[in-house]
Amino acid sequence: MQPNAGRDTVAATFEVRRRQYLDEDGNAVADLPAAARDQTLLRRIYRFMSLSRALDAKFVSLQRTGRSGTYAPAYGQEAVPIGLASAMRETDVLVPSYREGSAQLWRGVEIADLLQYFAGSERGQAWSAPAVRRDLPICITVGNQALHAAGVAAALKYRGEDAAAVCVFGDGATSKGDVYAAINVAGAWALPVVFVVTNNQWAISTPRNRQSAAETLAQKGMAGGIAVLQVDGNDVLAVHDAVSEALARARAGDGATFIECVTYRLQDHNTADDSTRYRDPAEVEQHRARCPLRRLRAYMQLSGMWSDEEEQAMVRQIAQEIDGAVERHLDAAGEGAQAMFDHLHAELPAAYRGQRAEAVRRDHG
Amino acid sequence: MAELTLVQAVNLALARALSDDPDVVLFGQDIGIHGGVFRATEGLYQRFGGRRVIDTPLDEMTIGGLAVGMATQGLKPVCEIQFIGFIYPVLDNLANHAGRMRTRTRGRLSCPLVVRTTHGGLVRAPEHHSDSIEALLAHLPGLRVVIPSSPRQAYGLLLAAIRDPDPVVFLEPTRLYRAFREEVEDDGRAAPLDRCFVTDAGSDLTLVAWGAMHADARAARDELAKEGISAEVIDVATLKPFDADTLLASVERTGRCVIVHEAARTGGFGAEIAAILAERGLPSLLAPVERVTGYDTVVPMPRLEKAYFPDRQRIIEACERVMRYG
Repeated sequence: MQPNAGRDTVAATFEVRRRQYLDEDGNAVADLPAAARDQTLLRRIYRFMSLSRALDAKFVSLQRTGRSGTYAPAYGQEAVPIGLASAMRETDVLVPSYREGSAQLWRGVEIADLLQYFAGSERGQAWSAPAVRRDLPICITVGNQALHAAGVAAALKYRGEDAAAVCVFGDGATSKGDVYAAINVAGAWALPVVFVVTNNQWAISTPRNRQSAAETLAQKGMAGGIAVLQVDGNDVLAVHDAVSEALARARAGDGATFIECVTYRLQDHNTADDSTRYRDPAEVEQHRARCPLRRLRAYMQLSGMWSDEEEQAMVRQIAQEIDGAVERHLDAAGEGAQAMFDHLHAELPAAYRGQRAEAVRRDHG
Repeated sequence: MAELTLVQAVNLALARALSDDPDVVLFGQDIGIHGGVFRATEGLYQRFGGRRVIDTPLDEMTIGGLAVGMATQGLKPVCEIQFIGFIYPVLDNLANHAGRMRTRTRGRLSCPLVVRTTHGGLVRAPEHHSDSIEALLAHLPGLRVVIPSSPRQAYGLLLAAIRDPDPVVFLEPTRLYRAFREEVEDDGRAAPLDRCFVTDAGSDLTLVAWGAMHADARAARDELAKEGISAEVIDVATLKPFDADTLLASVERTGRCVIVHEAARTGGFGAEIAAILAERGLPSLLAPVERVTGYDTVVPMPRLEKAYFPDRQRIIEACERVMRYG
């Protein structure tokens, strides 16, 4: 297009802002938000990010030794799930993808639940803690959850609840029609929903620049007329702050927000993947320095909120917590075959009773 | 009591559901002030307001995804897909989420939603408007697939579908929308799901049909009676889960069965019914089971649709063939 051709005028202008508070070494690059001085909050955030990392290692090793199933680690991108979970209230609804186990733990899911789920049982999603009772289960079908979140938000709005939905998906999901459609309806209906893109640069083997020619993923939200922001996704203060602000806007009736968190997937896509087939190890090494845990810990140590002794104690505690949960729950008795039938419908239709009886009779598990 | 067409009965049931249950919300394309392309929601926007009768953006995937999300939070979304040919983007959500949500969360969340859409052809509609994919839908676990054959059934079954705590696909035979009227009492009474109805008793053979084909089956029955053949007619109101007992009891009486559906033959729901008879009804059968169906072709545009869809004559001929046995 030629500039100033015909009678072209500027119909609209847009700008994508990027938010960051801490640099890679934990130094403030801007005036810090109040959360940065909330020692209790930051210690909890740091603990859950550390728990996430330790749990990732455990799940990968359980999978490698045949004791658990396919698992997608969040290694390197822990600031996103914990940043958003820590910004949510109990009454808000989390609509996750499949890499936000730590956000679920923050909200009240138990390690035992994750163990059961990844070891192969739907029972791991029958949560009962108040904050997670109506959270959606993980979404394997990439991007579908964006419209579910819009639907959840529509329900919250319909009932006049002072609450919002928070939806998480990856950079690859932003290529899906569901995500565009969700942005569109969230804008048209001014829904109380916050979309958080975990842009970890890789959708299995497809890099971000093969996914979209868009300069930022955040700008995709603009097409639907909703607020957008890009944040440094390895800066948990920035994620927490951006999501808090978006949630406040949603609860106030001012509509949806689309937040792109720029981070990096330091490990394979999942335990069935080998990223050395398609990714330069030098690139990965370069990103290790930007580790979100390292950054938060440095900030907390610089501000006197954390010490090496506390670190060691926490690492020990987390290891005990995980090992204890594995010991108690990994090999817990399974459900019988009737479980396939007993939650298919509210009440099993007569037509399937014979199948249930057969499955139960033949079940030797 | 009013004499209503099927589409008016649908409207009456929707109004009743909206009045009875504040969790019921209607949404779809042009269902608000416009009243829907078939007028199924006429007057509901005016009566219940835009908060409960909602026009969506023009995207079926949006409708399916919203319905799942809303339903998980306890609302009862009843959404309209304008024509069955546009339902394919909704299948993703029906198969991957609506039908599995209760199982996946072990009952923590459920999807009490209803997807209403048209079914079948012979209404001189454009391409993509005349399909019958009930078998495809019935193959998806966790869903109910319901199809009324009359205004009264439409009222009762739609109320039942909306009140059901799990997802239901409700297929409305386009050809019957305004084909005939029936007295429908707005008594709020739901018809039973999960069962077939013997609408006409007979002793020589069992004619199994659903939706618009049910009327053709009955018309064939009247003709056959003139030849001294007594046909029993079953209306398969709920395809999934299928009420095999009613079918088997009927075929035990008659010994013969002809299944009629508009949908393509291969993998059609008639194949399931024939298989049930082969497995559990063989001792009763005096003749091979016949299917009278659409062909394994693309549903043609109006100039050829009479050649595609089963009609009374094809049904009669099939019945005569099975009568030649035994």
